Amino acid sequence: MRNSTLTPSQMYWRTNLRYLVVLLSIWFAVSFGASILFVEELNAFRVGGFKLGFWFAQQGSIYTFVVLIFVYIRLMNRLDAAYLNASELSESGAEQKSMP
Amino acid sequence: MDLQLWIWIAVGLSFALYIGIAIWSRASSTSEFYVAGASVHPIANGMATAADWMSAASFISMAGIISFQGYDGSVYLMGWTGGYVLLALLLAPYLRKFGKFTVPDFIGDRYGSQTARGLAIFCALIVSFTYIAGQMRGVGVVFSRYLEVDITTGVLIGMGIVLFYAVLGGMKGITYTQVAQYCVLIFAYLVPAIFISFLSTGYVLPQWGFGAAGPDGVYLLDQLDGLHRELGFHEYTTGNKSVLDVFFITMALMAGTAGLPHVIVRFFTVKRVSDARRSAGWALLFIAILYTTAPAIAVFARTNLIQTVSEQPYAELPDWFDKWETTGLIQFDDKNQDGLIQYVADPEANELKVDADIMVLANPEIAQLPNWVIALLAAGALAAALSTAAGLLLVISSAVSHDLIKRMIHPEVSEKTELIAARLSAVGAVCLAGYFGIHPPGFVAATVALAFGLAASSFFPAIVLGIFSKRMNKEGAISGMAIGVLLMLFYMTKFKFGWFGGGTEADWWWGISPEGFGTFAMLVNFVVAIGVSRFTPSTSIEIQELIAEIRKP
Repeated sequence: MRNSTLTPSQMYWRTNLRYLVVLLSIWFAVSFGASILFVEELNAFRVGGFKLGFWFAQQGSIYTFVVLIFVYIRLMNRLDAAYLNASELSESGAEQKSMP
Repeated sequence: MDLQLWIWIAVGLSFALYIGIAIWSRASSTSEFYVAGASVHPIANGMATAADWMSAASFISMAGIISFQGYDGSVYLMGWTGGYVLLALLLAPYLRKFGKFTVPDFIGDRYGSQTARGLAIFCALIVSFTYIAGQMRGVGVVFSRYLEVDITTGVLIGMGIVLFYAVLGGMKGITYTQVAQYCVLIFAYLVPAIFISFLSTGYVLPQWGFGAAGPDGVYLLDQLDGLHRELGFHEYTTGNKSVLDVFFITMALMAGTAGLPHVIVRFFTVKRVSDARRSAGWALLFIAILYTTAPAIAVFARTNLIQTVSEQPYAELPDWFDKWETTGLIQFDDKNQDGLIQYVADPEANELKVDADIMVLANPEIAQLPNWVIALLAAGALAAALSTAAGLLLVISSAVSHDLIKRMIHPEVSEKTELIAARLSAVGAVCLAGYFGIHPPGFVAATVALAFGLAASSFFPAIVLGIFSKRMNKEGAISGMAIGVLLMLFYMTKFKFGWFGGGTEADWWWGISPEGFGTFAMLVNFVVAIGVSRFTPSTSIEIQELIAEIRKP
């Protein structure tokens, strides 16, 4: 496996960057995509009294932002725990090696 | 009970609460003064950030601006909330891990350069001062409108209160009073909105209600679009601005939000890195409660206003119309002498001028809500203005006492002296802000937009590159920041103040308004910084280790 050559810190950083790319793409898609660039197209659809593009611009994008941050918090808390485990393992491994 | 008595009770009780909290949470060290001893719970910090962030403008003016602009007003809703995603994902956790007190601290240490630190202090001071002058003015206006004192007295009372808890408690006092202020302001904002939503649609949640149908079975938004078409306005749910400009303004507000020093510094106050992420999430949730309610208030108020006044005889209008006419926020001029009010898009035929602020301030009266709701609104507006002013004050005082005196001029200063310097510079900043509140420079409204553009074009790229690029060196960061800020200042002064030959809308570069130009200046900053760093020596081993350390949890 390619990943096995990486240190825990490098693994941690790469996974973090991957999360950022995915979450920021969603962030861009709901605000700049659905609410600005494609607002006319989406306004053809309706949810109750809202035109969909208008709803995204004044409500939907904000709800998505909140959800995105809480998803990131969960992902990173899990990643932090995994990192701490991995670095403890590698540290204790290093200690064992250094002992006779 | 009499309205004036209700207002005195609501304002008096809330002020007593703030002062009580300030005495309970006095600061005794520089760490407590600058970052509340880095021991604030993430939910409390989220509330404090939300109160810090939502100023008198958010509380009083935003719903009104959306009410008049319709879809175009979405730039503020998205711009001022989407920035928190950038903060939580790209900045807050790393800056907390770095673990110093201020934004210039980070820029100065990360790039190992006093020039970069000086430039950052300069930007932090400009951004904060332009912002705080507007806040003190807001305090004065709210006081004078509700307590029937003149604006100068209002500003002086506001200065006294802020001075008391900011100077005594520093960040610790500010944080806990902001928690109380958040509760007051959100309650004050929601109560009238829920009442009005229920009265006009039967739905308790305003967020849901403004997409619902009124008693006649027609959807409110369709009805409003129809009214707008009849009167010659552009449709409420579609925009007037160009797509490119809306895109650029939204981006500038988002990046500016993430780069504002008084917002960033709030994330230095929590215990752990994971708490910095968590409190950004809570902050956005608390902000979103107000920001998703505002467009609902905008729709209710707009519909109510048009239905109440359009083509109605002037003599038969309800009491609130007279009352607000005397304040000058509503102006009626019967141009065709028919005794009816023509409220239309055509400026030649239009007879009614309505100030944006009235949509929130007069809303309870238009909807005929009880007096205590109006009193609550007064206390909420004051809470919004005071909490933001206090947060900005702290950035100014720490920029002077910590960044300028301790880190640049006089490094061997003792903790005790630094604390005294911090308190003195807070006093100085309050007096200066109070002066601008009483004698507002004509450019306050223009410079608030400038503050976001400046933050976006200076801090945001420098901090993001400082974290995500190990290669980024001081030459790149300094030239990027300097060129970004100068470009932004040039464009704003050219089109807002008429310097450098001035210009009109037709002369805007690619049709981008000065409000949206921060995005362009930010992109230039990124390009220049990356370009210059490729042709200059890479960062030192120590700096690279510092970055590696920041990236670990």
